[in-house]
Amino acid sequence: MNRIDQVFQEKKNILNIYFTAGYPKLGDTVKIIKALEKGGADLIEIGMPYSDPVADGPTIQESNMEALENGMTITKLFEQLEGIRDHTNIPIILMGYINPVIQYGVERFVEKCKAIGIDGTILPDLPLPDFKREYKALFDKAGLYNIFLISPQTSEERIKQIDEASNGFIYMVSSNSITGAKDKIQEGQVEYYERVKSYNLRNKKLIGFGISNNETFTNACAYAEGAIIGSAFIKLLSQSDNLDKDIAEFVKSVKG
Amino acid sequence: MLAVSESGFYGNFGGAYIPEMLHPNVEELKNNYLEIIQSPSFQEEFLSLLKDYVGRPTPLYYASRLSEKYNTNVYLKREDLCHTGAHKVNNTIGQILLAKRLGKKRIIAETGAGQHGVATATICALMGLECEVFMGKIDVARQKPNVERMKMLGAKVIEAVSGSQTLKDATNDAMRDWINNPVDTYYVIGSVVGPHPYPDMVARFQAVISEEIKKQLAEKTGKENPDYILACVGGGSNAAGAFYHFAENSEVKLIGLEAAGKGVDTGESAATTLLGKEGVLHGSRSLVMQTPDGQVVEPYSISAGLDYPGIGPVHAYLFASGRGKYFPVTDEEAMEAGLQLSRLEGIIPAIESSHALAYLEKLNAKPEEVVVVNLSGRGDKDLATYIKWIEDHKS
Ligand SMILES: Cc1ncc(COP(=O)(O)O)c(C=O)c1O
Repeated sequence: MNRIDQVFQEKKNILNIYFTAGYPKLGDTVKIIKALEKGGADLIEIGMPYSDPVADGPTIQESNMEALENGMTITKLFEQLEGIRDHTNIPIILMGYINPVIQYGVERFVEKCKAIGIDGTILPDLPLPDFKREYKALFDKAGLYNIFLISPQTSEERIKQIDEASNGFIYMVSSNSITGAKDKIQEGQVEYYERVKSYNLRNKKLIGFGISNNETFTNACAYAEGAIIGSAFIKLLSQSDNLDKDIAEFVKSVKG
Repeated sequence: MLAVSESGFYGNFGGAYIPEMLHPNVEELKNNYLEIIQSPSFQEEFLSLLKDYVGRPTPLYYASRLSEKYNTNVYLKREDLCHTGAHKVNNTIGQILLAKRLGKKRIIAETGAGQHGVATATICALMGLECEVFMGKIDVARQKPNVERMKMLGAKVIEAVSGSQTLKDATNDAMRDWINNPVDTYYVIGSVVGPHPYPDMVARFQAVISEEIKKQLAEKTGKENPDYILACVGGGSNAAGAFYHFAENSEVKLIGLEAAGKGVDTGESAATTLLGKEGVLHGSRSLVMQTPDGQVVEPYSISAGLDYPGIGPVHAYLFASGRGKYFPVTDEEAMEAGLQLSRLEGIIPAIESSHALAYLEKLNAKPEEVVVVNLSGRGDKDLATYIKWIEDHKS
């Protein structure tokens, strides 16, 4: 079974944490994964840095730039993740813009994910029809889940199409915005969460963008199976001088 | 015609590679643009503004001294005489009329040199719309006069401080703003780039250039097709407009001139067809200057309007199919051509357009042949660069 399905079966109020590979230091990837698993995160999303991350706010943009300056590439990331399944079982999703993946070679990328034990991908600028036409068969064969996003502007019809084509879970973008931590629940969010809940989608849902602390996490968990934290975690990494300890405390403070 | 497929592709190039958050905006545009721009009321308003506000048709001028120098027949399509000084305004009028019909209240745009920003700010002033222009921090510093022009016109100029702080980053920041403001805001893209339907839409608005060339050339020579059309290519909107109605006449050779900067092998260049590889940038699949790992690289050209690491998908297609030929022109070749036109014809061209003029040196057109050069803009904005160049090359 895909580890993503397993985690949804076994756990409630799932916390998915995003970090950018190669940030704060090139060699931190495995260390952060281990600290997150040990600290009680349920899922990990690793960002593959890109020069032009159009869906991201300043915090994640900066982590992308720094990671690139540190020398992170997809090849390097796969090298670091080699053997990861010898000592971790937490589901891992790779998130990244499509261009670096195209240059790496999508087929080669999918094979490598499978070999290493990556469970899913989030490729925000790969449209649904293009994915279905060109890559779905490849992903299905490798048992790799491609996760799609929906936003408050996504029509009911399209949400249902995305539900149909999705595996693992649907990534619900919490508001009309790029990524970035917010402390408070935004106006109109609850209506949107209620509306999507009423569609009775076959997929599980995680809410992301603007989730940063126990309040926003708990609120998201009332409408979805869990939530995703990115920018707030990147901020923590940028300030930490003891990753193991700070990561454990962060996860604990969010989960409450 | 340069037709795009239903899903927005020219051959393998184009499409709409955008995050889901942008999908509804782009979909709304895709579902409505053709019907709106083909409607009689839109056409009437568009054409009347092009005529009375922009000053179209722009002349097709027989440049006799230039023709003599190259021993052929050179016509200049005078887009430099458009209001605001470049072809860019053809597109901003079209898109802003469209935005109004879609009920949008706020206009955003990206700009590099500031020409598209000025053209957008101008039409927003004319239509009474709120306007915010994203411009890389580095470009704000090196294009001060255009920044001041935009402000005078009532626009807000927002410095893009992300990434490399130039045109590509201004484009990223405009897209991010559109994600954050999906309902009331319309994003006016300045070239034939971006997700479908932008490349096709911008090409249609610029197609007035080739429509006029055909008519004017027939009046002057009795033949509506020239042997060559030369146009500079940044994103490729003036070239797409100049090529548009000639694409199916295979006897018309379509030639795009890209900025080679200090030379294609120097690492300081913007010659995308030579240096780029297939990839995705700003929502479409095209040729992109990038590292082997797929990171977009920062290009270089003396001309800010050509300083872009991609080209519109329509040009990637014309290049790949061989229908269009694309050549690099260095800073030096372009500057010399700009100075030459100033002295021979009394026309100071935009440095972008000078890249197209420079190719006359290498074209070797025959005495009986007809060459149309699309003079996409005037050089007022570039005076400081020209003056510095003259100073530095006095020896
Ligand atoms: C005068 C002029 N020509 C050409 C360009 C390049 O744009 P495009 O390739 O879209 O025509 C610019 C862009 O700023 C410009 O100002």
